[in-house]
Amino acid sequence: MTNEIAVTEEVVSNVAELAQLRVAEEDLEILTAGMNNILELANQMQSIDTSGVTPVSNPLDATQRLRTDEVTETDQHELYQSIAPETEGGLYLVPRVVE
Amino acid sequence: MSSDWEVVIGLEIHVQLSTRSKIFSGSSTAFGAAPNTQASAVDLGLPGVLPAVNEAVFPKAVAFGLAIGATIGQRSCFDRKNYFYPDLPKGYQITQMDEPIVLGGSVDISLRDGSSKTIRVTRAHLEEDAGKSLHEDFHGMTGIDLNRAGTPLLEIVSEPDMRSAEEAVAYARTIHQLVTYLSVSDGNMAEGSLRCDANVSLRKQGEQEYGTRTETKNVNSFRFLEQAIRHEISRQKEILESGGRVAQETRLYDPVRDETRPMRSKETATDYRYFPEPDLLPVIIDEAFINRVREAMPELPTEKKQRYTEKWQLPEADAALISSDLGLATYFEACVASCDDPILSANWVRGELLGSLNRDDLAIEDSPLSAEALGQTILRIKDGTISGKIAKTVFTALWEGKAASADEYIEAEGLVQVSDTGELEPIIDKIIADNPKQVEQYRNGKTKLLGFFVGQVMKETGGKANPQQVNELVRGKLG
Repeated sequence: MTNEIAVTEEVVSNVAELAQLRVAEEDLEILTAGMNNILELANQMQSIDTSGVTPVSNPLDATQRLRTDEVTETDQHELYQSIAPETEGGLYLVPRVVE
Repeated sequence: MSSDWEVVIGLEIHVQLSTRSKIFSGSSTAFGAAPNTQASAVDLGLPGVLPAVNEAVFPKAVAFGLAIGATIGQRSCFDRKNYFYPDLPKGYQITQMDEPIVLGGSVDISLRDGSSKTIRVTRAHLEEDAGKSLHEDFHGMTGIDLNRAGTPLLEIVSEPDMRSAEEAVAYARTIHQLVTYLSVSDGNMAEGSLRCDANVSLRKQGEQEYGTRTETKNVNSFRFLEQAIRHEISRQKEILESGGRVAQETRLYDPVRDETRPMRSKETATDYRYFPEPDLLPVIIDEAFINRVREAMPELPTEKKQRYTEKWQLPEADAALISSDLGLATYFEACVASCDDPILSANWVRGELLGSLNRDDLAIEDSPLSAEALGQTILRIKDGTISGKIAKTVFTALWEGKAASADEYIEAEGLVQVSDTGELEPIIDKIIADNPKQVEQYRNGKTKLLGFFVGQVMKETGGKANPQQVNELVRGKLG
């Protein structure tokens, strides 16, 4: 299993776009190489037989504590909106989306 | 040939869970508040905040799972679904991908032709809602209200088991009925408490492979769901029959123009790069918890219907109608409790009550006539105080608030049924004397005319005569 699919520059550009990151053309090559190195490490770990082992979704051997269903928050929108670039009628204004 | 195509539909239904506070914060979920007054630092995704899980969502999700015969995921984990949109301030939605709380199960739907069908449920998982984008013009900008961000949802995903718009609507209605019965959700569709995404594809009859599907998003009424699916079926049919190919895409239904149109590709970027939510630990749902939920579950619509037909001998149609709505069923059962007559109660609930509610556009919860008052009216029919006809007058009077109780109104208006032979006989004698022709015809074998005489007596007494007694008396005198 050494001939794994390598990440291409196209994949890196796509992931960058999904993550809303601007990646300069000249950085693509080194980023692609870096990612492939990481994947190689992951491949190495893949070779360990983990059948029958429950995947670890959290390193702590604990379960989630739950909160009772009560309203504990108060209206602080003026405070929160004091750092917003633009608001109107209580709404946050953002650059136009769709059409 | 249109009949050559088989329609394949799967639904994703987002049900808003009826909790006081949000799924990961202590903000209120109350509908209709001023913009952003119910959006806390957690809902806004401000740096440094952590989600705190609301315990109330688990019994609701588990109750739904048990009601559809699903497997309950005893280890319930959360994941992040990543995408960028201004009404999702964190840049990800917390949802469940690999280990959802409800796995499998099914619901039975009833169709108009009287047949029924089983629709399989793939899974149901907990997640948070996003905020709301307002695209009206704010000087060329979009307004964002995050009150809804973090509202708890149960997303119920069906298998592609439906074959027509009718089946899809019947399935959505069944889910709606279940979640309202179980108090999992208030089911208020106008407020967005139940929203459907419809996956629709077409394939040639007999084909094994599914065709390319489209997803029509955010349909919030049963009528729009039916229209949207019908529209999408004919749109795809047209494309396929002219030799084209259906593009896999997400579409929006526009009820005003009755059409679906594609959303922009940027919004449909389907690579969500899910990964386990590092801020939350697994939630363990043990057998004891599941049993507690099971014990607290109310009777389900199908169980109610069965009890009505088997124990109370209600006709199938009445049982189905009354059990279909929890409010109506509760009213009906209170009425039975007060008059001890399920059949008469069902007749009155189905007839006068539903008719009046529809006419005045009222919900059962807002009925001006209480179930007990209706039960008392029915009791007065049963004990012979009033006839069924007079009872309708009493019903109307109580509906219009002219009296507090049936007894009060019967008393005040002098509506007590006349069962006194001494009082009825002279009236009957007079009618016989006034109609010699009919008397002759009756005696010559036209016995159907009995109804004519009884009718005359009822008219003469203003409907107050006891019809059974009049029947006997008239028959005796004409005999």
